[in-house]
Amino acid sequence: MALVLVGTSYLVAPVELRERMSFDAEGGAELASRIAGAGGEAVALSTCNRVCVYASADDPQAARARALGELASLAGLDPGELEPSVYTKLDDEAAHHLFRVAAGLDSMIPGEAQILGQVRAAYEASDQRGLAGPVTHRVFRQALHAGRRVRNETAIGETPASVSAAAAELAARVFDDLPSRRVLIIGAGKMGELAAADLISRGVGSLVVANRSLSRGVQVAERLGGTAVPFAELLSEVARADVVIASTGSQGLVLSAKEVEHGLRNRRGHPIFFIDIAVPRDLDPAINEIDGCFLYDIDDLERVVEQSLAGRRNEAARAEAIVEEEAESFRAWQRSLEVVPAIASLRRRAEEIRSAELARAGSRLEGLSPRQRLAVESLTSQIVNKLLHVPTVRLKEAAAAADGTAYADTMRHLFDLSDEDR
Amino acid sequence: MGEAALLLVWPALLGYSEAALAYVGETIRPGRLGRYAIWGVRLGWLAQTALLVAQAVAADGFPWDSWAGSLNLFVWMCVGAYLIWGCRAPFRLLGLAVMPPAAALFVLSWTAGGAGSSGRTEFGSVFLALHVGLVIAAFAGFTIAAGLAAVYLWQNRRLKRRSPSVLRVRAPSLATLDTLIARTIAVALPALTLGIGVGLGRLGEEGGSFDAIMAFAVATWVVYAAFLVLRYEAGWRGKRAAYLAFTGFLLVVALRLVAVPVAHF
Repeated sequence: MALVLVGTSYLVAPVELRERMSFDAEGGAELASRIAGAGGEAVALSTCNRVCVYASADDPQAARARALGELASLAGLDPGELEPSVYTKLDDEAAHHLFRVAAGLDSMIPGEAQILGQVRAAYEASDQRGLAGPVTHRVFRQALHAGRRVRNETAIGETPASVSAAAAELAARVFDDLPSRRVLIIGAGKMGELAAADLISRGVGSLVVANRSLSRGVQVAERLGGTAVPFAELLSEVARADVVIASTGSQGLVLSAKEVEHGLRNRRGHPIFFIDIAVPRDLDPAINEIDGCFLYDIDDLERVVEQSLAGRRNEAARAEAIVEEEAESFRAWQRSLEVVPAIASLRRRAEEIRSAELARAGSRLEGLSPRQRLAVESLTSQIVNKLLHVPTVRLKEAAAAADGTAYADTMRHLFDLSDEDR
Repeated sequence: MGEAALLLVWPALLGYSEAALAYVGETIRPGRLGRYAIWGVRLGWLAQTALLVAQAVAADGFPWDSWAGSLNLFVWMCVGAYLIWGCRAPFRLLGLAVMPPAAALFVLSWTAGGAGSSGRTEFGSVFLALHVGLVIAAFAGFTIAAGLAAVYLWQNRRLKRRSPSVLRVRAPSLATLDTLIARTIAVALPALTLGIGVGLGRLGEEGGSFDAIMAFAVATWVVYAAFLVLRYEAGWRGKRAAYLAFTGFLLVVALRLVAVPVAHF
């Protein structure tokens, strides 16, 4: 059984094409079912950056043609038209690609976190429909293992990859007990909402929106699950907040350092984290000079993200080494499969001999009780198993070391085994 | 037994040194080294525990009454206190503040004879166990608080400077560090109070004069008591509190490295 990958990604296809081919979990399982055919194996994976089909089949060319045809049908194209926008990989190359995908190394942002869950979901969807078999079980379980190893053994996913994630991560460097913290959003801009959404996903305690137009502030607050306050209460709200996100369309400063200093008098030294993502800026840069106040503007956040992405790219080299180790382990497993038919043939031959010899000795064993006959059966089986144990293990070891085919041929020759299982 | 005890110095020293180097490496390139470091701390601490047990069994009296011996006990308590939080990934940075000095002080203690067996002590064992044990435990707490304060000031500076690499090294949040500094001091100060009380009690019974060690100990107590009053009553937090914790630690260093050796030799 060969492993075949047919897929496309942001590297070879534009988003207009990828979005036509994308599918949800249910659609993915149906697609896999059509590609697998009777008794075959297939898993279909669809993410923002790629659409891939992994199939295991005796005839890889036929499996490839089926997968290409199905993907072309999703894209509304002929297979020939789609062909330049897809890639095909076989066996260990296909496995290596899947391991890179699961590790987040094939993503636009190296170390992207969601992909491992998406790979798991695609595999489970196929497994539930009985579309996963020995090869897909092995390659997907190993891919999930590779993904987990990369997360645990490298720092590739530890730093943020977007401005809003960087703002949330920085806030967490000031307070890690976000569920007991209060976030104030000044203005009703989209960027402010995005930054707040990241903090909400980390479980901030309460959220307040202060906007010049109260009705617009109420709309934003409702979307984010917070409350809106009149803009006139801004200073008192700043004094109560732990994180302040400013994103108004104002042409001048909304908060001066003096106002903030005055507002912080009753905070008893509790720190406050300001995020200014407005252009022109809403917050006086001198706020950062106040003890216990930390102010980051959009440029600061972008520099943090840039550095973070550079760090991810450095870690990617270590992650690639882990993926390569896993790919080598998969190759060894695949090679060990080459000798399975020879081992099965040898064991069948041994069992035939054992059964035949027992039958021949039937007349001499007639006087035995059923219990004694069972003991003879068991004894002869044990002798056969013990004799075959070492050759079986050695053959598997040789297969893992790439000598498997030669050993299997030698064994067939020595024991005069049939070639029917090849 | 004393010779056997000395053999335990090596695994302890190896563990602490490995941890110190791994923490430096972890700070330069975060990744696996932090995990190796924590294993060095654990194994080193276990070896040092065995060393202390062997010393206690071999000694005729309280084995850590000398300056070098008490330094040995001090290192063990510091590393033990660090282990309470050090296993958690964000606190690996604290390991950088604790383990290199711990390894250096352990070597100092060993070379000065603190890892061997001591003879009979001039004081009763109960008094020593209480007085020295409590004071050393308090000093270990203040040292950990100073380590936390150092991490706080470092993290605060990086956040203030808006360094692009501010997120590269994992560290506990400022609020957590601030709370832990205060809690550590709140636990250590009663130990120092009791230790000083036992010392004054002995002074009253056996006579003696108020010396430099006592003056430093009382000054240290005053600074940390002021810290707690200012922290919980006047709301001193953040940088000011961290600097105050550091000031108290300077007195601990002066007491351990200047006043006590001068009094002993």
